[in-house]
Amino acid sequence: MKKTGSQILLECLQLEGVEKVFGYPGGAVINIYDDLFDSPIEHILTRHEQAAVHGADGYARATGKVGVVIATSGPGATNTVTGIATAYMDSIPMVIICGQVPTPLIGNDAFQEADIVGMTRPCTKHNYLVQDIRDLPRMLKEAFYIARTGRPGPVLIDLPKDIQVASMKFSYPDSVNLRGYKPTVSGNLRQIEKAAKMVLAARKPVLYVGGGIVLANACEELLKLAEMTRIPVTTTLMAMSAFPQAHPLALGMLGMHGTYFANMSVTECDLLIAVGARFDDRVTGRIDSFAKKAKVIHIDIDPTTIKKNVGVDLPIVGDIKNVLSTLTNKLLERDDQIDELQEATQDWITDITTWKKTHPMAYKKSKSVIKPQFVIEKIRELTDDDAIISTEVGQHQMWTAQFFNFTQPRTFLTSGGLGTMGFGLPAALGAQVAFPDRQVIDISGDGSFQMNSQELATLVQYRLPVKIAILNNNFLGMVRQWQQLFFNKRYSQTCMDLPIDFVKLAEAYGATGLRTDKVDEVESVIQQALDTPGPVIMEFKVDREENVLPMVPAGKGIHEMVLAS
Amino acid sequence: MKHTISVLVENEFGVLSRVSGLFSGRGFNIESLSVAPTLDPDTSRMTIVTRGDDRILEQINKQLNKLISTIKVVDFTGEDFVERELALIKVSTETENRAEVLRIVDIFRAKVVDVTARSYTVEITGAPAKINALLELLRPMGIKEIVRSGPVVIGRGVKGVAG
Ligand SMILES: Cc1ncc(C[n+]2csc(CCOP(=O)(O)OP(=O)(O)O)c2C)c(N)n1
Repeated sequence: MKKTGSQILLECLQLEGVEKVFGYPGGAVINIYDDLFDSPIEHILTRHEQAAVHGADGYARATGKVGVVIATSGPGATNTVTGIATAYMDSIPMVIICGQVPTPLIGNDAFQEADIVGMTRPCTKHNYLVQDIRDLPRMLKEAFYIARTGRPGPVLIDLPKDIQVASMKFSYPDSVNLRGYKPTVSGNLRQIEKAAKMVLAARKPVLYVGGGIVLANACEELLKLAEMTRIPVTTTLMAMSAFPQAHPLALGMLGMHGTYFANMSVTECDLLIAVGARFDDRVTGRIDSFAKKAKVIHIDIDPTTIKKNVGVDLPIVGDIKNVLSTLTNKLLERDDQIDELQEATQDWITDITTWKKTHPMAYKKSKSVIKPQFVIEKIRELTDDDAIISTEVGQHQMWTAQFFNFTQPRTFLTSGGLGTMGFGLPAALGAQVAFPDRQVIDISGDGSFQMNSQELATLVQYRLPVKIAILNNNFLGMVRQWQQLFFNKRYSQTCMDLPIDFVKLAEAYGATGLRTDKVDEVESVIQQALDTPGPVIMEFKVDREENVLPMVPAGKGIHEMVLAS
Repeated sequence: MKHTISVLVENEFGVLSRVSGLFSGRGFNIESLSVAPTLDPDTSRMTIVTRGDDRILEQINKQLNKLISTIKVVDFTGEDFVERELALIKVSTETENRAEVLRIVDIFRAKVVDVTARSYTVEITGAPAKINALLELLRPMGIKEIVRSGPVVIGRGVKGVAG
């Protein structure tokens, strides 16, 4: 029996195990939506295509599965671009299906035509324009394969309308045959042997771990390696949930807003083991003073990240899970030397413990005004260990990374690479779609919240009980902080001085709104929100000019932190 | 330093812009690029001439390899290879220099492929340096137009580069 292109699309999605898709209809995908009407695939209608992409992204980050998006041609497609770039920068597996004008019209500036393949070429792992229905099953198969293997990433398929209605006999390929794409899985054994030797010879080792560890589902392997060797672990923003932050070996985040002890450890270490991290400029600060006393081992699935920003003494390309467990086994073969290593690194551990004591991660407490960090600590106290936390971008994001003691992988969803304001709410939505019974909380700023606040409607419509904590400082706080510190307090265009009634806004959408400006009500507001069914906005009127500290000024080494304002 | 890189790619929609976009998006420079299908019509071979230090070249190589459409990347720098470029040169020929142009063309084993009363069009194949040398000599005669293909390269010896 023959099937149409749009039927084939939906069938392929099912064969790929897709249960939920996020999207928004339009003329160029109306056939797909017609077939969706009868499909077991659940479609979540967001209020903006950008939010559909962030939704699929949050779904993917929380589950590890491929997120799927459908959008129409032209403006629908262009609205997805920020979402796609966000996913690309953080290596999130995703497949985006865009409608396109019929093939004979492509290139004619037809109504709602946009060259989305051209526009997304630099922000997708790969993309396709389907020009013949016979290519469609293969392209879909490849798209899912490419999205989830190797270093994951978004793959876009541009599907012209005439191909959606064309028909053919359908069969789905069992395997892909991509001559140019063969990711390296197992690391080179000799390199791993060398790494084991370097680890055993180290006196001041540090593990520097990035988002790749989460993507590779290798958090257990990391914990095992760290505990066995007693090597302290610093995590990037993307890996805060990858290592239990209350663990004695945890150093917290490093970099621009990293802890004093993480930044000092990296500066003083003699061996830096980078795992699934990419030496981002927000992490390294001034590059020539970054870990300059250390030999560097860099483990990553993507060879292009190696030696991109810093020199590396020992590169290991491969799947992190595979490499870490091999490395652990190699070390276990010499367990007598591991005891020696632990002895030899005792002074190092003592140094770090001293740094932790003299410069703990802390903030000035207050009884009269709500400190944003205090709200975050309270949210942590009152939520379950498996609660999923998303953030927007700004000060609240950094405070969450600093003060929310994550314990479980895939519980922290944040836009690290692109730093996209407006990400957190739709990402939380996507995570709640994946896990209807877990607590999902978007920690937000008043600025970022307004970038995708329309998604309250989606939350209410689908009964997704996401809780949103707005740390309202009536400022674009992070930019204001820079203006305070580096531009003589000239607060140009960062004061959002129109007081918005977020409680009424919540109510207008049929959600619940709570507000407080009193320190002693913070706890009860959070508890009340958690106890209330359905989506809730909690608005906390916080200290307006609180700063994120420590801070490494631009152009400085990460040991040159500003510790107090 | 100058590098000449051969890239075998899938002969498919958009592949050229993937490669050129990679260069422009990362601030790498393309000095010349030529592309055509190989014996296998599903595969194209690009020859790219670029410049950069070792670190940049390592990135270029890795980034090219990372493209899904890329099958193989070979940097010929430091290898033994044959390099050839084609140029077509339109020279104005007033009466007094017609003979001189022909003489130069002859010395370079180039060919005149089109003649009018006031011009010769010269075809030359060779290493880029040879073409440059010819251009230097023809320049005083008055060059009206020039088009160069950019070099293509192939390794010496029996070993071949295949997908
Ligand atoms: C889409 C987008 N536009 C602009 C920025 C630049 N930016 C970074 S942080 C920030 C301020 C965020 O303010 P808010 O959401 O209120 O959070 P706060 O810093 O006050 O916690 C801005 C404007 C960005 N990251 N993303």
